[in-house]
Amino acid sequence: MTKAIVLYLHVHQPYRIKPYSIFDAGIDHAYFDASAGNRTNNQEILHKVAAKSYIPTNRKLLELLHTHPKFKLSMSITGTVLEQLEKWSPEALASFKQLTDTGRVEIVGETYHHSLAFFYSKSEFEAQVDMHRRKVDQLFGQRPTVFRNTELAYNNDLAYWADKAGYKGILAEGWEAALDWRSPNYVYMPTYTDNIRLLLKNYKLSDDIAFRFTNREWSEWPLTANKFSHWLSETGDATNFNLFMDYETFGEHQWEESGIFEFLEHLPNEWLADPSHTFMTVSEAVDTYDPVDRVDMPETVTWADTERDLTAWLGNPMQQQAIAALYGMQDLVLRSGDLQLIDDWRKLQTSDHFYYMCTKWFSDGDVHAYFSPYETPYEAYINFINAYHDVKYRLSKLGFEV
Amino acid sequence: MKILMLGWELPPNNSGGLGVACYQLCKALASRGADIEFILPYSTNEQYPFMKVTHALPLHVEQVHKAGIAYDSYKYVYKDGRIEWLDIHGQQHGYEHAVANLASVSQFDVIHAHDWLTFRAALRLKEQTGKPFIAHVHSIERDRAGGHYGNPVVREIEYMALLVADRIIAVSEHTKKMIIADYHIPAHKISVIHNSIDTEDVAPLDDHNAYHYLTEMKARDWKVVATISRLTIQKGLMNFLRAAQLVSQKAPKTMFLIVGGGEQYHELIEESAALGIADKVVLTGFQRGKNWRDAYAIADLFVMPSISEPFGLTPLEAVGYGTPALISRQSGVAEVLSNCLKVNYWDIDGMANQIAAVVNNPALATELLSNARREYSRLSWDDAATSLMSVYHRHRAGVAV
Repeated sequence: MTKAIVLYLHVHQPYRIKPYSIFDAGIDHAYFDASAGNRTNNQEILHKVAAKSYIPTNRKLLELLHTHPKFKLSMSITGTVLEQLEKWSPEALASFKQLTDTGRVEIVGETYHHSLAFFYSKSEFEAQVDMHRRKVDQLFGQRPTVFRNTELAYNNDLAYWADKAGYKGILAEGWEAALDWRSPNYVYMPTYTDNIRLLLKNYKLSDDIAFRFTNREWSEWPLTANKFSHWLSETGDATNFNLFMDYETFGEHQWEESGIFEFLEHLPNEWLADPSHTFMTVSEAVDTYDPVDRVDMPETVTWADTERDLTAWLGNPMQQQAIAALYGMQDLVLRSGDLQLIDDWRKLQTSDHFYYMCTKWFSDGDVHAYFSPYETPYEAYINFINAYHDVKYRLSKLGFEV
Repeated sequence: MKILMLGWELPPNNSGGLGVACYQLCKALASRGADIEFILPYSTNEQYPFMKVTHALPLHVEQVHKAGIAYDSYKYVYKDGRIEWLDIHGQQHGYEHAVANLASVSQFDVIHAHDWLTFRAALRLKEQTGKPFIAHVHSIERDRAGGHYGNPVVREIEYMALLVADRIIAVSEHTKKMIIADYHIPAHKISVIHNSIDTEDVAPLDDHNAYHYLTEMKARDWKVVATISRLTIQKGLMNFLRAAQLVSQKAPKTMFLIVGGGEQYHELIEESAALGIADKVVLTGFQRGKNWRDAYAIADLFVMPSISEPFGLTPLEAVGYGTPALISRQSGVAEVLSNCLKVNYWDIDGMANQIAAVVNNPALATELLSNARREYSRLSWDDAATSLMSVYHRHRAGVAV
């Protein structure tokens, strides 16, 4: 039987909140326009990531697509990064467009704002999925048929929703605690659904590339495309290897000097040397392989850290109160009809804001494990909550009782 | 290993953090086998079971009574019944001569001196005996002068001592940088050994807080923001008051409690009136014991706004008494406590913003405190004592480092 690598890359940038004081609330309504040189300056970050990652990676991917007719991949690109690319790096946006123009790069559906709305407001969630669908259609001429939720946060309810919404596939973390004895290297069906298929990330193989690639302590370092292909070939118990990772793995998380681009360049060559091997997009994989079993995931599973749950975003009281306060104002914000206000409110929903408030690594004093443009999770919370106060101020100016 | 420790004060006769730091450091050193003789400039009946404490009295002086805070005059009682009050320079002079006489009869391996008040005595001893001199810097003159040049006589003493010392111990990276910048001492001569806190030695709270008025206000949803400090320019209290005025605009139900004595007492009262927040500022004067502990406990947030704080123990004490902290970045404690809010001492808006955020958002206070408590529970003087023991051993062996 044909064995396929299902490569899926996730592209996202949030609108980071600038240093925003309670004394700015009621005066300055621009939360995301940090001054030049500030660590939260979104434009500067986007330029840097475009130059280090998006542009060189897309160039490499385009070459591979031209060289190897069997090479294919899938991507999810959030609305917030697409907006930023349109504004600040049309060149990088054009390079994504060149990829999708080959017809062998599939865009995966998700929320426009990379939000956790599914867990707080179903109507807002659906509105954002719809916004994303329209944006992808407008820019790439595609309609996503496979869905992924923010942070790969998945449970039975989400699968049920996606099935009803007509998606043919959905992505999730291949976490043992949920899979039991099952291998992630097959197509599955979620419980309680009629048609939809489930693709599970093989996190061990994915993390070999995304996290361990530059780790010299790792016994398999250095990882070559040849070695990696060999591992896959030797795995008998498999039809599809789902390699899901952040796009920024290439050139940003793993720097160019690490040899990550060479790895990417040689992987198709090594893998496709065996004629029974191929690459597939996510929808192709679910069309090709029959599901081998059903998977029941009542608890939410994400692709984050060792717990694979939502605690990195919603684990502490600051995060819980901030997000509850934000969704608590949904009705007023939407009723206001103030498009700028609605847009700002949605940008505040991006999950990254809550991630920056995570204390579980920081609290042990290991500040290096705290990956954020803010010095502390507390600073992140204060900026967010002050911006939230300003949204309330704007609502009250519009005559709403807040 | 016999250590001659020169210090200016020990609890309970201490005016601030220096005495506490010396006491706890000596206790931890003693548990590692250091044989310490601690020389004080005043008479005390207090017992210190882990070390020998001697008072170095000038010739013909029978007793020295410590009065008030560190820089106040001491009362010298002569054997012939005469009484004299000596200021800080007179005391220092007397101490230097007395130490020189005492030490000539003692056998010791290392001279370890704490801050400029004891440095002249240490220099003299080193000259007399050739023993290694370790200068422990808890603050330099620029810290105490609130970032200004300070007293040139004091600077001269500090400069001489830092040049001559065989090893300099700084209580923080912040202090090490200040020493390098102010006195051009080579970085490799200075070791940073952070102060700490003996969490088991913290006196417990009781059920009734001493601040009845504030307790009542809190029951009516008011919040309390406290600072405990000497009322002196170094501590940045004027900026704290200016921030308090801004906080009042965003969080009107906030009281500001300032505990401590010092020369800025009247100035701070006047300033709080001028800022229109006199009704929200409570100055208690110098407090000890229960009143001191309860000030930490009553607060929703503790603020240390210092212009320059070589270490700064108070935020750790606050955490120990269940209160999260906002601290000046210009402090050593900022290097050991991650789970707190930090601000540049001159950034009054930033200070007010963070204070307002804590008093308006209990979730922030809760999260800050619970994580800070975890860090706090791991603190002890053991690491500092271990590092110092190795410094002693190296210098006793005569290795020039």
